[in-house]
Amino acid sequence: MRLGAGTFAACCVAIEVLGVAIFLRGFFPAPVRSSSTTEHRAESPAPEPSAGASSNWTKLPPPLFGKVVIMLIDALRDDFVFGSKGVKFMPYVTYLVERGASHSFVAEAKPPTVTMPRIKALMTGSIPGFVDVIRNLNSPVLLEDNVLRQAKAAGKRVIFYGDETWVKLFPKHFVEYDGTTSFFVSDYTEVDNNVTRHLEKVLKREDWDLLILHYLGLDHIGHLSGPNSPLIGQKLSEMDGVLMKIHMALLSKEKEALLPSLLVLCGDHGMSETGSHGASSTEEVNTALVLISSAFERKPDPGFEQFKMSERLHGNWIKRYLEENSSEVLLNLGSKVLRQYLDALQTLSLSLSRQVVQYDMYSMAVGATLVLEVRLMGVGNGTKPLLFKVLALLLLSIPKALSPAAELDVPLSSPLFSLLFYLTILVLSAIHVVVCTSTESTCYFCSMPWLAAGGAMLLMSALLCAIVSALTKTVVSAKRVGKNPAPPSVRWSELDLLILLGTMGHILSLGASSFIEEEHQTWYFLVSTLCLALCQEVCRNHFLGSDGDPQCGLREEPGPEGAMLTMQDGAEGCAALEEDRTRAAASAFERLGSMEQRMVLASPWAVLCCCRLLRALNQTGVQGAHRPDLGHWLTSSDHKAALSVLAALSLLAVFLLVQRRCSPMSKVALALGLLGVYCYRAAIGNVMSPWQRGNSDISKGIVEARFVYVFVFGILFTGTKDLLRSQVAAIAIKARTVGLWEIYSGLVLLAALLLRPHNLPVLVSSLLVQTLMAKFVWKPLNHGVAEVTVMHYWFGQAFFYFQGNSNNIATVDVSAGFVGLERYVEVPAVFLTAFATYVGPVLWASHLVNYLSSESSSHSALRHACFCYALICSIPVSAYIILVTSLRYHLFIWSVFSPKLLYEGMRLFVTAAICVFFTAMDQTRLTKP
Amino acid sequence: MNVPRFPGRLLWEQLRGAFSPAVIPVDLSQIATEENTMKDTDIRRLLYAHLLCIFSVILSTFIPSLFLEDFSVLETHLTWLCICSVSVTAVNLVFYLVVKPNPPSRRSSLSHKVGRFLKCCIYFLMSCFCFHVIFVLYGAPLIELALETFLFAVILSTFTTVPCLCLLGPNIKAWLRVFSRNGVTSIWENSLQITTISSFVGSWLGAFPIPLDWERPWQVWPISCTLGATFGYVAGLAVSPLWIYWNRKQLTYKNN
Repeated sequence: MRLGAGTFAACCVAIEVLGVAIFLRGFFPAPVRSSSTTEHRAESPAPEPSAGASSNWTKLPPPLFGKVVIMLIDALRDDFVFGSKGVKFMPYVTYLVERGASHSFVAEAKPPTVTMPRIKALMTGSIPGFVDVIRNLNSPVLLEDNVLRQAKAAGKRVIFYGDETWVKLFPKHFVEYDGTTSFFVSDYTEVDNNVTRHLEKVLKREDWDLLILHYLGLDHIGHLSGPNSPLIGQKLSEMDGVLMKIHMALLSKEKEALLPSLLVLCGDHGMSETGSHGASSTEEVNTALVLISSAFERKPDPGFEQFKMSERLHGNWIKRYLEENSSEVLLNLGSKVLRQYLDALQTLSLSLSRQVVQYDMYSMAVGATLVLEVRLMGVGNGTKPLLFKVLALLLLSIPKALSPAAELDVPLSSPLFSLLFYLTILVLSAIHVVVCTSTESTCYFCSMPWLAAGGAMLLMSALLCAIVSALTKTVVSAKRVGKNPAPPSVRWSELDLLILLGTMGHILSLGASSFIEEEHQTWYFLVSTLCLALCQEVCRNHFLGSDGDPQCGLREEPGPEGAMLTMQDGAEGCAALEEDRTRAAASAFERLGSMEQRMVLASPWAVLCCCRLLRALNQTGVQGAHRPDLGHWLTSSDHKAALSVLAALSLLAVFLLVQRRCSPMSKVALALGLLGVYCYRAAIGNVMSPWQRGNSDISKGIVEARFVYVFVFGILFTGTKDLLRSQVAAIAIKARTVGLWEIYSGLVLLAALLLRPHNLPVLVSSLLVQTLMAKFVWKPLNHGVAEVTVMHYWFGQAFFYFQGNSNNIATVDVSAGFVGLERYVEVPAVFLTAFATYVGPVLWASHLVNYLSSESSSHSALRHACFCYALICSIPVSAYIILVTSLRYHLFIWSVFSPKLLYEGMRLFVTAAICVFFTAMDQTRLTKP
Repeated sequence: MNVPRFPGRLLWEQLRGAFSPAVIPVDLSQIATEENTMKDTDIRRLLYAHLLCIFSVILSTFIPSLFLEDFSVLETHLTWLCICSVSVTAVNLVFYLVVKPNPPSRRSSLSHKVGRFLKCCIYFLMSCFCFHVIFVLYGAPLIELALETFLFAVILSTFTTVPCLCLLGPNIKAWLRVFSRNGVTSIWENSLQITTISSFVGSWLGAFPIPLDWERPWQVWPISCTLGATFGYVAGLAVSPLWIYWNRKQLTYKNN
């Protein structure tokens, strides 16, 4: 069976996606829902082991409170209440905390600190599963046992006002509700007024038992302008007023009622120094929790402050003893205590990590530690061999694929291997049966239908056979070559060396959690180095190639230095090859005009400057996230005019950069589309609109967005039409180039629509860098297909991070999924979000197709590129999966490694789509006469 | 040649004699052996010179603590940078004046020399600024820590540009030749190539630990890079004579 390198790579990536999907399914086990129903309630109302141990209730305890009001303020960080801000802006709450009848705590939220999982956690008392983050978009009905369900079962009437998420999670639990959409982040007054306006009436009524209020305004202010904005103070005072109102109303009612009422003030998560949330920094995790009730008045409680005080005293005591007493006994005592503390800490962290892993096990298999090994075996069984094999297959075929023929012989039908094939299938199915029957496990791979499992096993054994046969073939051919005189060793240029080392270094860096958190730094560093290397190459070509004969430019040097150092290791042939390339590059150089030569010299520096500017646009990662950046400066409401000008200029620049190779029809469509993008942004209030002054009504901009979608589809359609026409018409090459470029420009238009306005410069500079590199670097320097592909990949990665993404789930721009949609529709929303997130890699890959099909003379270039792209994308994923499996007991496995795993999986999926596109392009070229 | 006589020139020549071989065979019939011995003596001189440089770097970390209070490489990093830079420059200059590895130019009037010296200074400053710009492009903060960044640029220039200036003079063409492949014409240039590249690679690698969350004092912005550059430079100094000695059979520098 003969396959083109591109097709082969596409198949491999597709299989790899399958493998990663199975791995992810095993790695992120579906949470087991504690679907205890009302009959459970009678026996154990609170499913807490610690509470259950001390008391053995057989009947319902008497209620302690008559009415409960839960006032949940989104992103209520602890210092907004207990810190200086609280004293300043929340005088009533401070008064209550200090001398009123209340208990106050700093509640620690478990990451991911995103609203939906946090609401779930608050209501169910369980730790939010990691998968919930993905489901944050589309919150399904909460099926687990939770407080509201129990309240409803007990006949309590629950009223809810606030964030719509609650209504989605608990669709039938409220007797009355009014959901506010949290979609318009720029709005921070309406969302809260919408909640507060009900209070007046509700507080007078008697027909409710539990009132839940979810205020979103604070979170929105945080997202807009950070925790230090003056708006925060206003909002906190507003909240203080609301709380006072509720408290007064409750107190006045209490006189008539038998039972006291309870007012709970809490936050679902904190707010980082930039105002966002989602990760696990201290600011995001610590939230305020104040329980206010007249019932607390009688009981004096040490409370939070005293605990802190005693802790501090204890610490001081040890310190004093260690510092002041030189007596040996005391020192020994001190160090002993210290050691005990350290031991305790160690055990604590150990048990913590164990617990987290166990939690994983919990969800995977029901409450048994034995399953641990089995599960890993099961998962490993299903996935890793698959990946390994694919990777090995890819690696083995490198030399073949890079040979000019670019056609691979995939050995599948050899009779010798059929025996091996059957044997492997037998062994695998035996293992499968043993694993699945040995425990009462619910291993996913076992629960799959037998047909699917069998298919996977079939695939695995087929791959194994293919690898073995390819290996033997390579060995045989190597032996045959070994008899001949040794082939000239390939000499690496500096650029190749850099590419190799960079790729390897990146893979190695994936093993360290802080390198994953700061992966953007790795890519920026690599891209900058790449630019410098290109600069060096350009300089060498320019200065050494320009004095006369490029081949012996050295000899022309005046003075005694006209000699060459020759390495006498018999590498004459490769030296000649190298010289050939240099000469070709230099002669290509000669043909350029002086102006162009100057551009060639300047363009790596221009690219470098571009990258540096983009770096300052969005600070991502963990360490740098709190630093001020241009993006936040632009999005703050004071600089709306600057943002508008920037957005308009960027859209103009996008048009200028893209239009030059479009057909006139799509030129017009592109211009109108970009105009539509600006109108959309003006409509949803991100930028100022020139035609409606002072009118600040915010709409969803549905009409404008759909207007742009029409043009996107139009351009994509013309592009596809051109591509199809190129197969039949005589003017194939030209139509194909135009068609490809039109598809590219359609993608650019879509990106312009989806990216936030302050990210439009990222799009512009991506286009600019592509143009510069293609015109002034890759073409004149005659870079090989593999080099160009790897450079595209690196730039794609760097632009992924320039855009503000990171390996943290919180940075995914979810709002892109709602552009032009009335409400949440799953398929388009997921597609749009994925596209907006992976704009960088996708645009660079499609530019690669464009560049290769228009510039390259060799007809197998696309196939080579596809193969290289698949290889370079799948190596990190495979390495990372092995790393994650070996680091599964790492303390940061859930907070750092698993989000990265999700990102990698998604990226592999995108890569598969890109490879399919490559292959399709290749096929159209093949059918061309 | 009308050489103006400097005071103390005699001393330098004596010093030079210490470095130069005692007996130079001048038998024309044994050119090959003569070349070999030439090479060996050159390598020996190179080794001594490099040991002197390494010694100066080491001294710059230990000597100042005798005079300055609270001196340590990490805490008073900038002071150390200055001292190290000055001492390495001094050693390089002395070495250049003593050994004169490159042939003297024909015109050597005083004004020419002064002009040359000024040109060297300008080149040095330019290289400092260039490095500074490159560091900023690599992601160093633009405004804050500007002094630290600049001193890093200074120390990297000391390790790379100063030896180049000493050996090749302010001659960009020659620099380009030395740093392009197969462009080296002597042992000195070869060692220059090795030390320069290893200093660059050292400072490049020095940036790696910055994102790690170990919270060590040496992870602060320029420190790990300057240390990396220093280690790279020292390693280059140590390795290059050995490497040249090992490969002395393969290396042939044909003078036309």
